[in-house]
Amino acid sequence: MGSELVVRDLHVNVEGKEILKGVNLQVRQGEVHALMGPNGSGKSTLAYTLAGHPKYEVTDGEVLLDGENLLEMGADERARKGIFLAFQYPTAIPGVNMANFLRTAVSRVRAAQSDNAGSARDGGELIPMREFRKELNSSLSMLKMESDFVRRYLNDGFSGGEKKRAEILQMALLRPKIAILDETDSGLDIDALRVVSEGVNALSGTNLGVLLITHYQRILNYIKPNFIHILFNGRVVVSGGPELASVLEEKGYDWVRTEFGEPVAG
Amino acid sequence: MSTQMVEATKKEYQYGFHDPEKYTFKARKGLDKEIVEEISWMKSEPAWMRDFRLRSLEQFVAKPMPTWGADLSELQFDNIYYYLKATDRQGKTWEEVPDTIKNTFDRLGIPEAERKFLAGVGAQYESEVIYHNLKEEWEKLGVVFVDTDTAVREYPDLVKEYFGTIIPPSDNKFAALNSAVWSGGSFIYVPKGVKVDIPLQAYFRINAQNMGQFERTLIICDEGSQVHYVEGCTAPIYSSDSLHSAVVEIIVKKGARCRYTTIQNWSVNVYNLVTKRAVAYEDATMEWIDGNLGSKVTMKYPAVYMLGKGAKAEILSIAFAGHGQNLDAGGKVVHGAPHTTSTITSKSISKDGGRSSYRGLLKVAKGAVGCKSNVRCDALILDEHSRSDTYPYIEIDENDVAIGHEASVSKIGEEQLFYLMSRGVSENEAATMIVNGFIEPLVKELPMEYAVEMNRLIQLQMEGSVG
Ligand SMILES: Nc1ncnc2c1ncn2[C@@H]1O[C@H](COP(=O)(O)OP(=O)(O)OP(=O)(O)O)[C@@H](O)[C@H]1O
Ligand SMILES: [Mg+2]
Repeated sequence: MGSELVVRDLHVNVEGKEILKGVNLQVRQGEVHALMGPNGSGKSTLAYTLAGHPKYEVTDGEVLLDGENLLEMGADERARKGIFLAFQYPTAIPGVNMANFLRTAVSRVRAAQSDNAGSARDGGELIPMREFRKELNSSLSMLKMESDFVRRYLNDGFSGGEKKRAEILQMALLRPKIAILDETDSGLDIDALRVVSEGVNALSGTNLGVLLITHYQRILNYIKPNFIHILFNGRVVVSGGPELASVLEEKGYDWVRTEFGEPVAG
Repeated sequence: MSTQMVEATKKEYQYGFHDPEKYTFKARKGLDKEIVEEISWMKSEPAWMRDFRLRSLEQFVAKPMPTWGADLSELQFDNIYYYLKATDRQGKTWEEVPDTIKNTFDRLGIPEAERKFLAGVGAQYESEVIYHNLKEEWEKLGVVFVDTDTAVREYPDLVKEYFGTIIPPSDNKFAALNSAVWSGGSFIYVPKGVKVDIPLQAYFRINAQNMGQFERTLIICDEGSQVHYVEGCTAPIYSSDSLHSAVVEIIVKKGARCRYTTIQNWSVNVYNLVTKRAVAYEDATMEWIDGNLGSKVTMKYPAVYMLGKGAKAEILSIAFAGHGQNLDAGGKVVHGAPHTTSTITSKSISKDGGRSSYRGLLKVAKGAVGCKSNVRCDALILDEHSRSDTYPYIEIDENDVAIGHEASVSKIGEEQLFYLMSRGVSENEAATMIVNGFIEPLVKELPMEYAVEMNRLIQLQMEGSVG
């Protein structure tokens, strides 16, 4: 049976202010859920919270992955359990070689998943170089990226589009169960959008559940969602099938505002 | 010890002025004229060197302690051995070596023989053989690479011409001290136009002399020559001696190029007070790469005096101060001729209450037109107990110059940590990556094996398990 991420009545404070006010969501491996909603509605907050950012304080509710409480785990442990976040704004880490970093990350995640405690630890064994190279090269070519790219420092000086591609490259190598893609489509040119979408599709199949945060219908033409949710003022207010996207494209969020309350400040 | 060396030692005794068997040097603490004379006598030195030592001792006594930089008030000159024979030094046993140091050797995977040596309980380092093979190659090129004691005996003219000319005993209290009691260190002469491809590594030939407290190094690069010298090692050097005070003098003649790389990781009881200075003549290039990890207190500011037009200086300095450590490091560049260029890059890291400072001097003399200098110092502070300071001194007596100075202080970023951790890497490993990334611009300048060890060492330091 596939894995399942369950978010139940999730309340989250950021710097003392409640941003998520009771989010409910359920994502299974093999499904694609699109999460839409106006700026500032709390989409990234949800993404960060699921990935375990320490700044986001959960005041109520639960998050379970296959029945295990993710909220008790640090970000690293969640990643080793199979959660992946493609950042809306990936952080640059100067001096950290991308290929070396990826090899370490992949080694830690794989080891944890095969119960190889020795390699999951710091300074533990790394997966053999040749094996890693092979995988890396196939992921690079799937995403139509130059092999030189991974010799650069992590996200350092990457263009907006390069950063987004690099996130998907990491996802490809880490093979998560559930991936949260936070506006992976923004900043990509038309060709890149297609390549990245095809990459996500190739990876999804039955082994990956995707929570795709986006503002645009465009990416949904490539990555077909099974469900669409609208997050508004810290709550999922509408859920529906793929048809919801065109409704939003046409009508915007005004009807959501009238129905579900005051516009969010800012 | 190879038979070759035993032979050499015998010979040396045979032709010495004194019969060592009738004489036993009694190691004792403290410093006075008698100790200095005994040191010189033990080494069968010529009179000029003995006199140099004695004059230096007077300077040492007369000079005040530096009142800036790290706190040296706990340093007790009377409580130090200024000269120990190798045999006295090896009186220690492996059992006396602290566990923290032993563990670190384990983690770094240092071979058995080397561990004993680094801990000060072994005699010779096994790579002696490699050194001898390389030495033959160098000799064919006319390169001299010997310890400085040997140089005084075998190359007296060269030594006499340059010794103490770049850093006179009067330069500072610790230079005076070293001049009075120096022992060991490296002497290198590279003849005109000779380019030495592989780095000359003190690592290959570490022995008790070389790792002494008061080593003295002199490097002469003749016109158009090129050399890279590497000293130190990343393994912690356990020393019960609480004071290490070296002097390094370098002469880079017209069109020559010298790079001097140091990785220093003294145990945390050591005061490491080192004077390093080079002069670079016309179109010559001097590069100092200086990595400081260990010690209780380090004060070290490698300097380059650019005295010929078109000379270049580059100084890269790394300091990692952990608990109880105060590392005061940086560099000095003096532009004494037109169209000279200098760069200073400093990266310092403070952790667990450690303190690291950048202290630098940039001086441009009148008439040194068209000079360029760029100073950049970045500090990374890993927790709120730690500290980092910057003391840039700038003296510019010429208008036609281009000077850049940038400094940054950052805390290890929560966002960076989270990003790496969200990929399955533990917090500690993530922090280690960030620190290694921070010093990467310098580490990539190190010879390969040092770079690898340096990264491993940072990893250990981050776990707080380094002695
Ligand atoms: N780290 C933070 N510090 C302060 N405020 C924050 C932080 N993170 C989120 N917020 C606030 O929480 C609210 C929700 O922000 P969030 O980034 O989750 O919105 P979003 O739905 O992802 O918006 P967008 O579509 O613009 O990306 C905003 O008002 C934002 O200012
Ligand atoms: Mg967002």
